[in-house]
Amino acid sequence: MDKTQNNRAWFLVLPVLILVAFSAVIPLMTVVNYSVQDTFGNNQFFWAGLDWFRDMLHSDRMWNALGRQAIFSAIILVIEVPLGILVALHMPRRGFWASFCLVVMALPLLIPFNVVGTIWQIFGRVDIGLLGHTLASLGIDYNYTSDPIDAWVTVIVMDVWHWTSLVALLAYAGLQSIPEAYYQAARIDQASRWAVFRYIELPKMQGVLLIAILLRFMDSFMIYTEPFVVTGGGPGNTTTFLSIDLVKMAIGQFDLGPAAAFSIMYFLVILLVSWVFYTVMTNLDRKDVTR
Amino acid sequence: MARITLDTLAHSYLPAPTGEADYALKEMNHVWEDGGAYALLGPSGCGKSTLLNIISGLLQPSHGRVLFGEEDVTHAPTAARNIAQVFQFPVVYDTMTVRENLAFPLRNRGMEAAYVRSRVEEIARMIGMEEALNRKARGLTADAKQKISLGRGMVREDVNAILFDEPLTVIDPHMKFELRTQLKALHRQFAHTMIYVTHDQTEALTFADKVVVMYDGRVVQMGTPEELFDRPAHTFVGYFIGSPGMNILDAEVAGTRARVHGSEIALGERYAEVGGRVQIGVRPEFCLLSRDEGLPLRVTRVEDVGRHRIVRGETEAGSVNLTLPEGMPIEEGADRVVFAPERINVYSDDWRVTPDGRAA
Repeated sequence: MDKTQNNRAWFLVLPVLILVAFSAVIPLMTVVNYSVQDTFGNNQFFWAGLDWFRDMLHSDRMWNALGRQAIFSAIILVIEVPLGILVALHMPRRGFWASFCLVVMALPLLIPFNVVGTIWQIFGRVDIGLLGHTLASLGIDYNYTSDPIDAWVTVIVMDVWHWTSLVALLAYAGLQSIPEAYYQAARIDQASRWAVFRYIELPKMQGVLLIAILLRFMDSFMIYTEPFVVTGGGPGNTTTFLSIDLVKMAIGQFDLGPAAAFSIMYFLVILLVSWVFYTVMTNLDRKDVTR
Repeated sequence: MARITLDTLAHSYLPAPTGEADYALKEMNHVWEDGGAYALLGPSGCGKSTLLNIISGLLQPSHGRVLFGEEDVTHAPTAARNIAQVFQFPVVYDTMTVRENLAFPLRNRGMEAAYVRSRVEEIARMIGMEEALNRKARGLTADAKQKISLGRGMVREDVNAILFDEPLTVIDPHMKFELRTQLKALHRQFAHTMIYVTHDQTEALTFADKVVVMYDGRVVQMGTPEELFDRPAHTFVGYFIGSPGMNILDAEVAGTRARVHGSEIALGERYAEVGGRVQIGVRPEFCLLSRDEGLPLRVTRVEDVGRHRIVRGETEAGSVNLTLPEGMPIEEGADRVVFAPERINVYSDDWRVTPDGRAA
């Protein structure tokens, strides 16, 4: 295909480039700047090269945070995706109850993150929280401030409560787009309920589910506010995820150089995973186009 | 395989239908013979898909019964009816291969692997997809997908009936002919009862032994293509079947004569007194131009469609079309139209009137 070449077209994208430069590239470059220098205050900087990166790669602290983060994201995905699909499959397809369900499902998504954290922080308290107190009076030894397992369970249940709706709503949208003829054909073919799910619903939801998984992965991998409000990263470091650790390092200890190197590696991990997702999704799209 | 009986069947999509107008399907009684190839023909919204969905059990009728053989299946679920259905738009299981798609209805019924294998290969040969058997269904063209749908509809040998809901809508014209021929061959080979819904008269007339013409929720005529052409039972059939459709003119009929806007026209049959709104209908194929007899006609247009020419004209009583065979000249000064008497049908309030006897 012949296209007219006109270099003046570059001027049209200039505003966007400037905007992106100020909003993303320049802040990122300051981080890069910090990551290769050392400072002892007084605005004096010394060249440190890749030392901080080397340090970070050998830092148990970072690897532990990354490990906790990976386990957290994995658990979140394993629970929220199937649960979201299950909820979507059981939501009514039309009528008053369909709208009602949609509104109720959307509610947790509209609550500010720190409010979610506060709700669960109070909800789980043994002295005054509905959940904590009920569990305690049932004789269950539950205390998220002192027991690592309880802390993890609380943070995970909170995230499931907060975000399963998103997966469910996306899956629901995918289900709604399946033409009725598919279900009719399945009835005529005497397909079991499982077969209908496996061969009709799941393939048709594939696109939205990939988006749901991508969104949930990125969000959970960057999680900060809610666990910070509930557990503050404790007890000990057991719920100190990457973002929490990063903030501690940068703001708490003022280790700007290591924190900057840490940020960049953190950013690269998310970029890599997102790129893999993007590639998978566009490949699927291409297959759809050729049919 | 089974005979299909529709017993005082009617359906309304409204919860409490009051008048006849509320019914998408007006009360009907029909028996469709075992092994017949039927086409349900009619314009969009005439109730043909409703009827098909009632037969397949995707819809419960508001009145009446559906019998397969002697068995009442009115309230039986789709799966219990043992029928196959092919939809307007291709329904394939994207993640399966073509082979798995074709085998799906058999596997779900627990057929033996060896039988499934041979049967799938047989069907693949029929629909011309042997080469593609191991390909994923995703990524195939719409044509190919619809062929898989057709194949899946025909893969079971023991079905009571195979229903087709405008299955060739998305198929390319040259493939339409081929698939229609294959369906016809399949029908001859296996003698399944087949019901084929379409709004395309060519499809209906070439596929079916019996064409069921529907109009406004009613079956207006059920007959062979020949009967529909020669003796349309309703003016709608005359108008809908044929290209162009039947010429229908208001007339007064007495005995063996009709009077159309002051001109006398001879009829092939004798009619007793005809009440209601009286019309005569004659197909364009049985009209001729003449200089000195018949109804005055003002020719407005002549269309050459290859094998014949269509002459469109106006008379005092309405427009009349004529089909002239190839090579027949249009004579200079021919400004009248003559109808072949034995080809004229008489209608009273749109329904055909049976004649009393041959004209003397």
